[in-house]
Amino acid sequence: MKQIDCPHIGRRPISEFTYGGEVKAEPNPNDTDDAAWTDYLFSINGGPGLRIEWWHHGPSGTWFIIERDTLTDSFIRVVSGEEGLREP
Amino acid sequence: MNRRLPPQPLEWIDRNKKLSFDFEGRNVTGYSGDTIASALLADGQLCLGRSFKYHRRRGPLSFANHDINALFDTEGYVNLRGDIEPVLEGLSLVATNVTGKLVTDRWRVLQWLAPFLPVGFYYKAFHTPKALFPFWERLIRARAGLGKINTNANLNRVPKRYRHTDVLVIGGGPSGMAAAAAAAREGATVILVDENPILGGSLDYQLANDQAALGYRESLRADIAKSDLVTVFTSSVASAFYADNWVPVMTPDGILKVRSASVIMATGVYEQPAVFRNNDVPGVMLASAGQRLISRFAVKPCNRAVVLTANQEGYRAALDFMEAGIDVAAVVDMGNSAERGTLVDTVHQKAIQIYDQCSVLEAISRKGQLSGVLLAEGRSSIASGFVNGQHIDCDGLFMSVGWAPASALLSQAGSGLKYDDTIGLFLPTKLPEGIFAAGRVNGIFDLQNRIADGIYAGKSAAYHAGVTQNLTLHPSPRAKHAHSHPYPIIPHKKGWDFVDFDEDLMVKDLGRAADEGFDNIELLKRYSTIGMGPSQGKHSNMNGIRVLARKMGQTIDETGSPTARPFFHPVPLAKLAGRRLRPHRITPLQGFHKDHKAIFMEAGIWQRPEYYQTGKNRLETIHEEASFVRKNVGMIDVSTLGKIEIFGADASEIMDRLYTMRMSNLQIGMSRYALMVDDVGIITDDGVAVRRARDHFYVTTTTGTSDTTFREIQRRIVEWKLDVEVINRTGQLGAVNVAGPLSRSLLAELTDINLREEAFPYLGARSGKFAGKEALLIRVGFVGELGYEIHMAPNDLRTAVTQIMEVGTEFNIRPFGVEAQRLLRLEKGHIIVGQDTDGLTNPYEASMPWAVHTKKEYFIGKRSLKRLKEKRSRSLVGFTLLETQHGINLNESNLVISANNIVGRVTSVAVSPTLGHLIGMAYVEDKTIKADNTFEIRTSDGILVTVLQTKPPFYDPESLRQKPDMEHTAG
Repeated sequence: MKQIDCPHIGRRPISEFTYGGEVKAEPNPNDTDDAAWTDYLFSINGGPGLRIEWWHHGPSGTWFIIERDTLTDSFIRVVSGEEGLREP
Repeated sequence: MNRRLPPQPLEWIDRNKKLSFDFEGRNVTGYSGDTIASALLADGQLCLGRSFKYHRRRGPLSFANHDINALFDTEGYVNLRGDIEPVLEGLSLVATNVTGKLVTDRWRVLQWLAPFLPVGFYYKAFHTPKALFPFWERLIRARAGLGKINTNANLNRVPKRYRHTDVLVIGGGPSGMAAAAAAAREGATVILVDENPILGGSLDYQLANDQAALGYRESLRADIAKSDLVTVFTSSVASAFYADNWVPVMTPDGILKVRSASVIMATGVYEQPAVFRNNDVPGVMLASAGQRLISRFAVKPCNRAVVLTANQEGYRAALDFMEAGIDVAAVVDMGNSAERGTLVDTVHQKAIQIYDQCSVLEAISRKGQLSGVLLAEGRSSIASGFVNGQHIDCDGLFMSVGWAPASALLSQAGSGLKYDDTIGLFLPTKLPEGIFAAGRVNGIFDLQNRIADGIYAGKSAAYHAGVTQNLTLHPSPRAKHAHSHPYPIIPHKKGWDFVDFDEDLMVKDLGRAADEGFDNIELLKRYSTIGMGPSQGKHSNMNGIRVLARKMGQTIDETGSPTARPFFHPVPLAKLAGRRLRPHRITPLQGFHKDHKAIFMEAGIWQRPEYYQTGKNRLETIHEEASFVRKNVGMIDVSTLGKIEIFGADASEIMDRLYTMRMSNLQIGMSRYALMVDDVGIITDDGVAVRRARDHFYVTTTTGTSDTTFREIQRRIVEWKLDVEVINRTGQLGAVNVAGPLSRSLLAELTDINLREEAFPYLGARSGKFAGKEALLIRVGFVGELGYEIHMAPNDLRTAVTQIMEVGTEFNIRPFGVEAQRLLRLEKGHIIVGQDTDGLTNPYEASMPWAVHTKKEYFIGKRSLKRLKEKRSRSLVGFTLLETQHGINLNESNLVISANNIVGRVTSVAVSPTLGHLIGMAYVEDKTIKADNTFEIRTSDGILVTVLQTKPPFYDPESLRQKPDMEHTAG
């Protein structure tokens, strides 16, 4: 079972975590067209590479943003909310 | 005939402990330490089983936990591997895959049908003609599989255990023991795992007559025994490798999951068979199997032996057999004896005939066992007097032609494998961080080098684990000579030249599969089933790769080897299951429910009362509980609802964003239905939102969604950077719903909260004292009557419930369960998220457009719902079946049918005791509802019934009963 470094309590098994999807900026629902909205909802990049993702650690009850390399299946670093949630 | 040898120096058997068991009704004796097969062989039983497909006689092959043709069944356990399963006193055994007795097995006729059972037979049979499918299915099902499971057997459930260590060493041979001892010397904690009951590996059988090796064996075993840091698990198989060095070890006491900073794979090599005609006849076995039988079990495998070899190990084996009193008739070398080192001279001195550049063309059998071999000439012959086709009498033929690495775990760990032409072995390349290979699996064959390699791996592993800072050793040299023949395959035009003994595959089968287009190693595996039997290709993959490589004119690396997936060795399902561990949550009122004889049901992770027993039947009881709510007053435990407090300056802002309805204009002290959808517009949750203060909301969620909803709210707070705090109080608070026309009068006796209609209207929420303790009361209408949810701390709720029941006696109160509640809310047409919605339901389909406030600036799913509103084609509609037809078997999930097409399904259905007829809800494609407002449902009995679309609520459409004035309900 994979292990992830929780920023609060260190290395824990992946079963304590919940994946929250890639961090994406949501288009303004009031002025976005169908194509852009559909792209936001459903176009998920499955290719190998670096991803900025939401992860939730259950026992400590924390969401954090993590940079992960899906090619090597490795967790690279915890990204600050400021950096992770910056407008694209 | 007794084949037991005089005591051997390293034997595993205990001659002081005799035991006897029953095989096919015959009494057999053996010793403690014997396996099933060793005891039978010692007793003279040379045929141990029948092969899977053709039911040919088979004897021992590896004696290394891979003898798939020597499986046995006892009462309760099936497919016991005879080569490793300890024999027990009083055991009653029969051979697996045999009808009748082993020797006279009824299905042995199948070998004469072999020409009609070509490779890919299943696929061909199920291709065309289609009309014959049932015939083939019946036939194949009857013959498929091995032992028949006794489904009444008692399962001995054992817990799963967990261990953490610095270094995990897999394999207890010379390299593994040296590695474990070296890592421990550096101060690392070590777990050493070996599949055999005794540590030693090849030192115990292959090098048992080598005095120097015996010295190493003693000192290594002593090192392990005296180290406090090494924990040894014998008879245990490290069966798989998962991410971050997570290795499940199958021990006799159940599964042990080991997490280790470093892992050393000292897993060794599997000896590989040669392929020639009749290479499966009992008496033909791997040389190491012969050595294991002699050294470990003191069993003489034969009287007169021929050794077929392509490496120096074969010469050692020949000498071991002589030592055991076997007459070794010949050593047949597929290459050149001059390249085999010094042991060849000793073999010469013992006057054993050596045939160079020769092979075995065919094994000859008589009465089902080996009687001789027919030799084939190689490219040239240096053996004097040898002619092609020479026959040698023997009852044992030992194959020592090569090895394949036990590298499945290395592959799973991410190591590359590259074929080394010099050694004739796949070797690990590019080992991942923290993974080390040591010994023969690493291509090192000389004993001293294997031990040095183990020490190097042990130190490196300790270094990687951070236990030691210095690393001064260097890797050991790999072997310089071939230990495996590049093509130990002598195909025979008449067949029976087996490549895979599990699946009875011959050379021509693989050739034909490749001809039919399955010429990639993975395709070949799946089509021919090579390597898919219980031994998982440990004795067939390497030869399969060689056959395919030659056929396709490719190198071994170009051909590749099939992916070794976890688990690489079969594991009993009971060990994977472990103990039954399914924790469930109970509410603060569990004791109350038990006192009132509740029948419990699972609601997600919770245990909830389905109904309370009264002695009447289930349905009658449920109807009665419902009618008490309609006529008097009832009480249901709703503690399982998710309960979330949201407060902070941005509380009303986040409420507006989270829920489809506007929440920011909710009055303090009032509640509102709260519907949540996701980004895509799918309903994910519903509940009630209460505004307790300007900056403070209290929301409930559906029973199953409290954790996911809470988590999503937490995430949104981070994402939207709002000034909001959120607390999940699901487990901190309990709740009951007291509902019915008499509820207000009852509760008024227990609270100082003013319950009068004008002071506490429908959808109001009030805090105050209830039964003397803090409580939050919410006017709800889920079951369609005047009703109050009472939320309190668990202990307080228990006290309150006791008082409610006491005071309630005069109001004729009765507790009701989940089933009655479902019925009552169905009469009101209220949906249950998860029952009346599924993973595709949006609020428009669920006929709840009123719950979506599209004028809001933003809420989750707003953009998607705009689109879904236009695209809606189905709706959740209510229906009734007015004529009471007996025996109509209408159930949830029955399909709505229109013109023979499925156009919807029933989500809720029940006979309403209040209305006296059948009501339900179903998704239906709008355009398929007929002009007279009817549609058709196919019942569980397959009949179509016509139902009438009816707009819910079915009961009290004006909802007058939820908001009565005081006089109306005063009692």
